[in-house]
Formats: sequence, structure tokens, C-alpha cells
Amino acid sequence: MSPLPLSKRERLAIDRQQMPARDPDQRSHSFDEVSLGFTEHLALLEAQRCLACKRATCVEGCPVAVDIPRFVAHIENGDLESAARTLFADNALPAVTGRVCPQEHQCEAECVRGRKGAPVAIGHLERFVADWARGHLHDEPIVHERSGKSVAVIGSGPGGLTAAGELAKLGHDVTIYEALHTPGGVLSYGIPEFRLPNEVVEHEVHRLEALGVKVECNVVIGRTYTLDELREHFDAVFVSVGAGLPVFLGVPGEGLKGVYTANEYLTRVNLMRAYAFPDADTPVLHGDRVLVIGAGNVAIDAVRTARRLGAAQATIVYRRSRPEMPARDEEIHHAEEEGVSFEFQVSPIAIEGDEDRWVTGLRCVDTTLGEPDASGRRAPVTVEGSERVIPCDTVIVAVGTRANPLLTSSSPDLALTDRGYLAADAQGMTNLAGVFAGGDIVRGSATVILAMGDGKRIAGAIDSYLHATGVHLSRRA
Amino acid sequence: MINDNLATATNEPGHEVMSNTTLSADVHRLVVRAPRVAAVRQPGQFVIVRLGPGAERIPLTIAESDAETGSIVLVIQAVGKSTSDLVALAPGDRISDVVGPLGRPSDLVAEGTAVCVAGGVGAAVMYPIARRLAELGAEVITVLGARTSQSVLFRREFESFAELIICTDDGSAGRHGVVTDALSDVLAVRSVDVVYAAGPVPMMRAVAATTRPLGVRTIVSLNPIMVDGTGMCGGCRVTVGGAMRFACVDGPEFDAHGVDFDELSDRLRTYGDAERVASSHQCRSAG
Repeated sequence: MSPLPLSKRERLAIDRQQMPARDPDQRSHSFDEVSLGFTEHLALLEAQRCLACKRATCVEGCPVAVDIPRFVAHIENGDLESAARTLFADNALPAVTGRVCPQEHQCEAECVRGRKGAPVAIGHLERFVADWARGHLHDEPIVHERSGKSVAVIGSGPGGLTAAGELAKLGHDVTIYEALHTPGGVLSYGIPEFRLPNEVVEHEVHRLEALGVKVECNVVIGRTYTLDELREHFDAVFVSVGAGLPVFLGVPGEGLKGVYTANEYLTRVNLMRAYAFPDADTPVLHGDRVLVIGAGNVAIDAVRTARRLGAAQATIVYRRSRPEMPARDEEIHHAEEEGVSFEFQVSPIAIEGDEDRWVTGLRCVDTTLGEPDASGRRAPVTVEGSERVIPCDTVIVAVGTRANPLLTSSSPDLALTDRGYLAADAQGMTNLAGVFAGGDIVRGSATVILAMGDGKRIAGAIDSYLHATGVHLSRRA
Repeated sequence: MINDNLATATNEPGHEVMSNTTLSADVHRLVVRAPRVAAVRQPGQFVIVRLGPGAERIPLTIAESDAETGSIVLVIQAVGKSTSDLVALAPGDRISDVVGPLGRPSDLVAEGTAVCVAGGVGAAVMYPIARRLAELGAEVITVLGARTSQSVLFRREFESFAELIICTDDGSAGRHGVVTDALSDVLAVRSVDVVYAAGPVPMMRAVAATTRPLGVRTIVSLNPIMVDGTGMCGGCRVTVGGAMRFACVDGPEFDAHGVDFDELSDRLRTYGDAERVASSHQCRSAG
């Protein structure tokens, strides 16, 4: 006997289920994943909270427009396979986005249940389904009708992987070129294991390979091959190389020993496994008092990593205040639980060192918050006479990235914006025929899901382009 | 097809070591299969190699290449665990990752007189630069420094196209003394248009100090700590002319007179303790 569907009143009576997590004391010394994932029971309860709105505002909040009410209904009905197929139809990397999306600003921000109380935990449900699929759904490689067209994707981060998956499903022959020795881009070198285990990324890449996508690592476009060579050999090119070049503070002392960019620090630990040194060969400095400058997700990743490497004090230094922090709420919360401290409304003016040029402190000033600036956030204003030094032995700079000129400088015909990013139209097309671009190399520093949204949308535009052109670029006059 | 030249064109992953010869006590010459790099690399460029899972990414200059056999030559001095692992490879072994060519090609002149100064394994960096200079039509004088006659690298190769001055610390070959003494002598009697230098930081600093008062254009090839080699991590930052530059994408060659050599040599010491840990760990593991 199948149970009767729940009434709206019964649904409203269920509280939001909490994500099970490792104990903060234990996890602040471990690189094991913090969030353990919903059990089937928790997922069922949470799915029952969904009101299956006719106009699903949550879908409008999703950059890749996942059919959220549908996949949630499948969970409620216990049909996890259909839930997974619904997810995969719209989202190439649900095990990734279920872990790293800022849902509170996207789908969950639009959930009607959030108006009175807590929204449905859509991200947790997405992760639950994707993780179930990883263990249970073993698809045969799908044989699509081949289009006879080929596409090169430059960069295997979230935008490139998504575009590659979409294009492969449309029957195109796709090759991804990755500069590092491991695919995944920021998912591999940037986001730590405790938030996104590498095996999750590996699995997603294998799923794409099963679709027929080829992944070539250790190829730097602009050096190993030029963009023009790719244009000769492929019918279209998707540039998704990320922003990639770290921004420094521009204050004295950034050449001292003990100063890292977040990119370098995280790459050493995540990609090169420096946490396992000397069993892995790449070292990283294990600071005792670590200051991380910045307040985005990358800064939080770096400061939580520092705790795990043994820092007694791991502190976020931010020139604005808590409400302006761009990082996901869940990550800030986790960082606090793990003993990370915060210095708000503090702006660095110099990094100080000893006679051996090791970092000893951060000279900084206090700020007050003035009128909102161009970013819409209140602008920090220096407080006169507030200069002081915060003692530390390690400084990690996590104040964003800018466009990497490696590809663009080797392709002088490619049009750039005044900030050095690639200029692309609404369809992602650059000024060069057949060359499309998306993600951070067009947007500037953004999020995994926005890059994925670009990858999905522009894959559609590339598909239209390939059908419209009808001829191989390599055969053009 | 574009991938024919990649390592994956063979059935086994990685890059085969075709030969490994000992050049001096701790310096080896590895010939490694890397067809695409061999086909497109230019003087001044380097590769990053990663031996296998758990290994470091190590930048190594491309000393020579042969497009026909699809091979590149890497000259490696065993100074720590990672480089010791590489020089221990036998023909037929494979290096899992070789990426490149990285860095900007050398800025070379086609006329006038160039002095190429190299110390130690810097000879491997300088050899392709000097040879291409000679091919382009410049008059090339090479000053090659080494500890002893046994550790002079690429002697025969340099002699084949350039005037060669050898300097050894113990006087067992060529001049007894440092390369900057020989360089000063050359500068005193010859009209020199450009000086290239590659080697230990103190040597490059001394070369810059020698040519600065004379106003002779001088280019050094820098060797900072590096991880990704594509500009992403910023670990290889150097200060040149007061501005921060990344050796991997802006270099590795820079105007010697603007380089902050103190910062470079200091940053190279960042992982001195870790190197000792890695080496003793390796000894324990081997024992």
C-alpha cells in the first residue's frame, strides 16, 4: 500500500534537516570531507518539505536551470535513479555543485519556504542524489549520432568540463586541453579536499570520458600549441582558462619568505598533496600564526587549510565587516566552528619581516565603512592614527585574480576588454570566428556555477554555430 | 591530427627516458621523449617535469632538442630528493608528466658581439642561447665557469661555434678564477653589445655588477621556485626594475641590471629545512 501524498500542512510542519558534519575539533586537523551528506532518511524528510510550486522560482535562481521540483519529487517517491537522471540532464557536475554552490544566493534564496522559515535544502539534496548515482548508476557510454564536427576546449575547470559534456552529448568530437597534470582546474588545485574530495572530481571527469570526451593534460595553449593551430584543426574552440593570475596587495614585503598567494598555498596542498610531505615531495610552510587577507571562498579555503596544517592561530583579515563577506555562509560557519578567528575592518599596509627576511607581522590600519562603492558594498575608509602590527609568521594573499595573458598574448588578434579579459558577446563568441569563451576569463573572478552556466549556455551557441557553418574551419579559404 | 605528437600517441602514458649519461659527479644528461616540445621549443624555454604520483613539479631548461627523434635533452644536477630521483632513471623508464615549452623564448640579436657567461649547470641554459646567437650571425664569446676541469659542461659543444674561455675554481682547466674576471678582461678589449648570463645567483649578481658601470646590456635567466609554470600561483615572482614579475610567464630572462638578486637568493632558501627533511626521509625509506 503506497502512502497518501502529504498535505501542505504536513509538509510545512517538517523542519529543515541539518547536514551531518564531522566534529569540529577532529576535522580541524584532518583533510577528510567535513560535510558527511544526507542519509536516505534525512533526504526523504527534506524532500517532503518541497511544496512543488507550479511556478518554480527556485529553478529561476539556478544558473544551469536544474528542474529542482522534479528531482526532489523523485527523491520523495524513492526513485533515486530518476532523480539522478533529472539532475544530470541539466547539470554536468551535480556532485560538485551540491558541495560548492552558494545555494543561499541562488536556488534556495528563491525558495518560497524561505519566506517564512528555512528554504528547502536543495544543495544538500543535490549532493545526496549525485553521491548515490556515483555508487549505483553505471551508465553504458551513450552512442550519439556523430555530427562529424570537432571542438577544442581549453581548460578543464567547471566551465570547460560542462561545455565538453554538453557538446559530447550533442554528438560532437570534443578534446579538452589542460595545462596541469590533473584535470579539474580550480576544482583540483583550488578547492580543498575537505570541501570537495578529489575523487569526486575524478569521477565526474571519468563520466565525461565515458561520453567520448578526450582529456589531454600537460598542454599549455599559447605555448605547446597556439590558438591558431587549434583553429586549424577544430571546427570550434571554447576558451575556458579561468582568470588565473593572482592579484597581490601591492604593499611592501610581499617578497618575504612566508608570503603566499592563496593560489600557490592551495595548489601546494591540494594538487601537490603537500599536507602529506615528506611522503609527497612538495613542501609547504606550516605556519603557527597565519593571516589570510581576503574574505571570499578562496580566503576561507586557505584559512581552514592553515588550521589543518597545524596553525594555532588562523585568522581572516578583511577590510569590511562580516555582512559584506563574499564567502558562502556555510563555509564561514564551518571556519568559525574550526577555531578560525576574524579581524574585521582591518586593511594591510605592509608585511614586516626579520633580518633573515621571514615574515613577522602585518602592519595595518583600521577602517570604518562609508557609502556603498561600485561593487554595492560599503567602502572601507581608513581611520587616522589606527596603525598597528598583527604578529604572524605566514601571510596568505587571497584578494582575487586577474586575466592570465599567457593565451591572449600569443593570439594578438583576439579582442580583449580594457581589463585584459576576453571580449565575448552574449553567445560567448569572441571576435574570431569559431572561437567562444566563458567563465572567469570573460567575467573576472566569479563562481564555479556561473562558469558552468556559461559552459552550458555557450555549448548551445557552439552547437548552433557548427550547424550553421556546415563546413570545417580548416577547409575555409 | 593535432595530438599525434603528444605522449599519448604511444600506447603507454608518460615520457620515455631514452638515455641517461653522467656528465660530472652529480650532473646527468637525460634524453627524454617529448615530440611536441622538441618540435616547437626555442632557446631560453623550459619544461616542468613531474616524475609520477607524489613527485614535485620541477622546472628544467631544455638544453637541446631533436625534432626528428622527438626528444629533448635535460641536464639535471642532483641537489635534493626530486632531482636525485630523476638522475636515477634508467633508459626505458618513464616520466609521467612533461609540460612545455614554458617561458618566453630568448630575446636574441643577429649581429654584433655577444658574451655568454655560464656557471655550473647554467651551461645547459646557455648552450641553446649561444648556439642560436651564432646561427643568427652574432659573434659569440662564451665564458664557462666550473669548480674543476671535471665539472666543465658542454665544452665540446661550445667550442664548435664559439670562442670559449674556461674558468675553474681550482685552476685545473682554463683560467684559475671566477667568470667575472674573464668577463672583465673581454669587456676591456672588445666592443660587446650584449651579455647573457645563467648560473648560480651569486654569479649572475656579479655579472650584473660587472656590466652595470659599463652600460652593457645584460640578460640573466632566473631560476626561482616554481609550481605550475603558467602564471597561476605567483610563487616564481621576482622583482625587476622595482616591479613584480613572474619568471614563468614574463621570463625566465630579465634585464640583469634591474633584478633584485637579494630577494631571489633569499626566496630560494624558503624550503631549505624541508629539503633536509625530504632527503633524510628518502634515506630512511631506502634503508
